[in-house]
Amino acid sequence: MTDQTATLLAILGMAAVTFGCRISGLLLGARFRPAGRLRAAFDAIPPAVLTAVIAPTVLVTGWAETLAAAATIAVAFRAPMLATIVTGVFAVVVLRHGLG
Amino acid sequence: MTAAPSFSPSATAEIRQAIVDIAPAMVAAAPIGLLYGALATAKGMDVVDVLLASGLIFAGGAQLAAVQIWSYPVPIVALLISTLLINARYILMSASLAPKVAHLPLLGRILGFHVLADENWAMSERRAGGGRISAPYFFGMGTVFWINWMSFSLIGALTGPSIGDPTRYGADFAFTAMFIALTAGFARSRTSVLVIVAAAGAAAAAHLTIGAPWHVLAGALTGIVVAAVLGGETETAA
Repeated sequence: MTDQTATLLAILGMAAVTFGCRISGLLLGARFRPAGRLRAAFDAIPPAVLTAVIAPTVLVTGWAETLAAAATIAVAFRAPMLATIVTGVFAVVVLRHGLG
Repeated sequence: MTAAPSFSPSATAEIRQAIVDIAPAMVAAAPIGLLYGALATAKGMDVVDVLLASGLIFAGGAQLAAVQIWSYPVPIVALLISTLLINARYILMSASLAPKVAHLPLLGRILGFHVLADENWAMSERRAGGGRISAPYFFGMGTVFWINWMSFSLIGALTGPSIGDPTRYGADFAFTAMFIALTAGFARSRTSVLVIVAAAGAAAAAHLTIGAPWHVLAGALTGIVVAAVLGGETETAA
């Protein structure tokens, strides 16, 4: 399989998975109301996945990335998303220059 | 609020209100779309790939996560698992919105739910307020938000190569910073903070031992298990 074919398959597969999630609610309707541990598990999915994706960059890539991430986290609870992103980018550029 | 309760507002007014409501989210999504287009082309995807991904997947978090773990040969299984994990929240979101659009035609609902993202979902829920939502509002909002994402992905893909290596400007870290901002929005309880800490530790450990892209699965599952153990207990007590 060529890289181009695999790329196309990956995109179409990701689209199908995402469409399946979005459309399932129409099928489930209001009947699907998870409770207890299942509800807690569902609620945890977004933060757990978001964290898992960036954890290698934040924790085990280098001091510049770890320190910039710490600055970003400090800002993230106080500022809007755009300001948080600008802070992170600015911090990592300065720190990579200073530490690299 | 000037119309009498018996007067149904015109479709134009509904679409206009939809655009006003979604405008801030469109502005926030613009740089993320640019970044996605630039990073995806830097990873070897061409402009058509980027347009297909943004048009058909239409999920910024999953698309950027895919770029992060993208390599050659393309890890298709890992990409699908990562996408499923990130987008599983849409199952709950669409289930919640479904009764509020039950009066709309089926094909319209299917298309409208294809372009259901966090932002227009939240706005639609607020607009519905437990009741129904109008077709012009629902479809108008979804359409402009989709066009917005497509446009900025395209511009990012076209201009990315001429700008050069995005890491020189720290643009790669914009993705990390955006995910930190999104995660902070979820860190509202002791349980969610513990979920985040556990997921981060497990993902970093898995990245060092097993390697990418399996850190996504390892970290996510660890966080989910922690939530199930802790959350189940608070639910019983409540």
